[in-house]
Amino acid sequence: MLVLDNVTKAFKTGTFGGGTLPAVRGASFEIRPGEVTALIGESGSGKSTLGKMILRLTPVTSGTITFEGTDIATLKGKQLREYYRHVQGVFQDPFSSYNPVYRADRVFATIRHSYFPGVSADEWRERVDKVLESVGLNPVDVRNKFTHQLSGGQLQRILIARALLLDIKILVADEIISMIDASTRVDVLNLLSNLKTRGLGVLFVTHDLSLGNYISERTIILRRGVVVEMGATQKVFDNPQHEYTRMLLTAVPQLHKKWEGELGAEAEVMGAASQDQDRGRPGRYSKSSLHPLAGMRGRKGRRAHAVATEREFAAGLLRTDTYLRTHEEVPPLIAIEEDHFVAIPTGAR
Amino acid sequence: MGLTVDHLQVCYRTLRGDVKAVDDVTFSIEDGEIMGLAGESGCGKSTLGNSLVRMDVRMRQLGGHVELDGKELPISDAKAMHDFRFKEVSIVPQYAMSALNPTRRVGRMVAEVLKSRGFDYKSALPELERRVKLVGLDADILKRYPIELSGGMKQRVVMIISTLLNPSLLIADEITSALDVSTQRAVGEMLLEFRDRNFVKTTMVITHDLSILAQVADTILIMYAGKLAEKAKGDVVINNPLHPYTQLLISSLPEVGIRHDEHTLVGIPGRPPPLLNPPAGCRFRDRCPFAFDRCTDEPPFVEVKPGHSVACWLHGDGVLPSGGV
Amino acid sequence: MTVLGMDEVAAEAGEPVVDVGAGSGKPRRFEFLYFAVRNKKLLFGLSVVLLFVLFAVFGPLFVRHPMLNYYIPFRPPSKSFWFGTNYFGQDVFSEFVYGLRESLLVGLLGGCGATVIGMTFGFISGYMGGLIDEALNVLCNIFLTMPVLVLLILVAGFLHHTSGLIEGILIACTTWTWSMRAIRAQTFSLVSRDFVGLARLSGEKSRQIIMREIAPNMSSYLLLVFILSFGGAILTAASLDYLGLGPSNGMSLGIMMQQASDWNSLQLHLWWWFVPPGAAITCIVGGLYLANVGLDEVFNPKLREL
Repeated sequence: MLVLDNVTKAFKTGTFGGGTLPAVRGASFEIRPGEVTALIGESGSGKSTLGKMILRLTPVTSGTITFEGTDIATLKGKQLREYYRHVQGVFQDPFSSYNPVYRADRVFATIRHSYFPGVSADEWRERVDKVLESVGLNPVDVRNKFTHQLSGGQLQRILIARALLLDIKILVADEIISMIDASTRVDVLNLLSNLKTRGLGVLFVTHDLSLGNYISERTIILRRGVVVEMGATQKVFDNPQHEYTRMLLTAVPQLHKKWEGELGAEAEVMGAASQDQDRGRPGRYSKSSLHPLAGMRGRKGRRAHAVATEREFAAGLLRTDTYLRTHEEVPPLIAIEEDHFVAIPTGAR
Repeated sequence: MGLTVDHLQVCYRTLRGDVKAVDDVTFSIEDGEIMGLAGESGCGKSTLGNSLVRMDVRMRQLGGHVELDGKELPISDAKAMHDFRFKEVSIVPQYAMSALNPTRRVGRMVAEVLKSRGFDYKSALPELERRVKLVGLDADILKRYPIELSGGMKQRVVMIISTLLNPSLLIADEITSALDVSTQRAVGEMLLEFRDRNFVKTTMVITHDLSILAQVADTILIMYAGKLAEKAKGDVVINNPLHPYTQLLISSLPEVGIRHDEHTLVGIPGRPPPLLNPPAGCRFRDRCPFAFDRCTDEPPFVEVKPGHSVACWLHGDGVLPSGGV
Repeated sequence: MTVLGMDEVAAEAGEPVVDVGAGSGKPRRFEFLYFAVRNKKLLFGLSVVLLFVLFAVFGPLFVRHPMLNYYIPFRPPSKSFWFGTNYFGQDVFSEFVYGLRESLLVGLLGGCGATVIGMTFGFISGYMGGLIDEALNVLCNIFLTMPVLVLLILVAGFLHHTSGLIEGILIACTTWTWSMRAIRAQTFSLVSRDFVGLARLSGEKSRQIIMREIAPNMSSYLLLVFILSFGGAILTAASLDYLGLGPSNGMSLGIMMQQASDWNSLQLHLWWWFVPPGAAITCIVGGLYLANVGLDEVFNPKLREL
């Protein structure tokens, strides 16, 4: 439905606009109806820029974004308004998304003005009430209130309701729950997941792997503006191929698993790989050679092991980043298995 | 020894009245312990942490008593606290890494801080360099400007500066929130490292992110609406929480491996009560699925099992609602 | 942006970083009013200015001697001539009253004009960015470096007589640069806010976005800009009048001072001729700036003391 083809975004930098900063390079993927696609990346990965490009809030430098066959860069005026009838976005900071001068439900009035001029006041009120209920809000609680009187969760839901009024086909959700209280986050997430039963395609932009894993059917992993791995969520999480993806999965802090858990094998592989690179000598290196104390038991051993692993992470990240920085062409995506693609080279041996 | 907080009450003065951000809080942290203070926004955890080091101009202590290493900590007396700050108590405040002066090299900044406490930079330099190397940074970071450093590096620098004089109490306020996953781990390990090497005696880690606490904290203290809800060892709070709020909170956190289609998580309906005029009785009553008539009285924060304290009538004194076990 | 942002926003709004809870229905305007009536600087500055405005409005009712009549010169202030008479024997009080009116009107015209031009260019420049921004910046720089004095001398040379209206227009056309820069900077910071993005996603046109989304958020700032422009225009007008480039007919405070200085009132100890206009200009402009500082405190929660 929405297809990105080799999309690149470069910002001009430098005193006289001479330099360029590539925020996104050669991104190609699809957002399909009835699916949640998770776009996972850390800070500086370009994920928000991708969201903004899809929403036409910032222009594409090269490549095309096609919605139902039409290149969105060509849309102007009325056509652009029609595009927004089908594609909407919700942003990260609920308090910044509302104009503080007005009441919160003005967001409905603005789209009524643009998209539903002929609808009578009573019918409009009915429609708004109905859509508010469908996102789990009681209309009485949110009508006529100012932004500071409502909670982050309520504000985000109102924005989703606003998008639903327009009968959209694609929703871009850019880190929409990171600023909501932890106890209510999951409700908004569930709401997002339910949208796919209505046939919507949702692009869920986040840095949090566990959230992506929770609601998405497909996952795209982004590093420094380049897609390094993508595919069906189960496959990407169960069988990560790219060095960066594996690092993400091992480093993410989890409630029921300590950090040191699975590091041994990973550290060994990456440690061996880097040693090979550095010294040009083949051979295996045992765990203990990573750090003098690494083989020891107890606290000291655990710490030394962790220090060694952290250095391996840093080295691995450096490898990926250096490759991405020094190579002009974006590494191509190869299919590892069905519906699972990895950028080659993957970094890991 | 360690930190003892006794019936502490701290409020914020606002136009509409006093907001009781910390309402009668009692707990203690041992030497060598890392305690995590968790809760959602507006529960008062930041206020609690900040009040132990530096009271904002809007904050006021209404009552209570704080002791560090057996001595009283005069938290409401700004002048008296000046001697304690940095040497006995130290804080890594929220947004610290964004607050580094961009026009100063890192080394110069450290020198200024040391000078303000009466220490000489040159004599502290060898130890400083040792610590910088310890956390995985290069010694030449002292010659760089903050803008040249990444987020993780800045956070580590800030932590080194805060702990340079080996404080007895370190308060770390949301130190991992703005960081990438890989540097979160580095910073978390740094906290453990500092404790193991005795750079810091007691650490209080304030965060909303329970998964970080699961990694670094020995004990976890959960706060809700200005009051303490539960305190126990880290894995006990995560795996066998007693307070309904903790139980519901933990069960609402997505983790890698849980998928919506297989297991739909549920959040806690409603919102925390306003701290301006908090309701009588248990603050969690309106949102608690187990609330019964006893809950109109405020439950005391008592130790119901060794090392495990809760403020809940379900576990308070063994009296359960009729029909319960 | 991170989770921390929410606390930041709350802190920015003047609330402590604690949830005070829902149900507080009063919008920000009442909050401003509350602080406004308690801010000493604002009240004092405004009262001073108001005093002079009332004086200008009702002054003519008290004028006993028409301005253009000649009486006994060099008379110090007395019961019949409240501000005395000047070198030519004209009543200084009536000169003062009419001069004050003229100065205030020219200042108002110049200030309003500068603010309107600055707003227009500032909003367009800040919102559109790109080439339009560059072009307007170049225009701004031209006007910044243009010598106003030379321009006025040229204009004075071409026109047979200049009036307060022309002076006001000229001041507006040459002093808008400062306000344009200030408004442009504020607009930049607002354009990147999410609600502007949302307005674009709602199909709002650019003009609507500027008028309805951006300007209302800057209303306090625009008020401050206007007050400063007003004060600045009065001062500019007085300076121009003093140099003889003012209205060729009519009276203003600056013209009074010009005449006083030309006819050696200092050496002749005719203090009542130049002290009233000088004091009036100082008090009005000073009062406006003081009120500005006070208003800044009212609007910016971080500057307030509780």
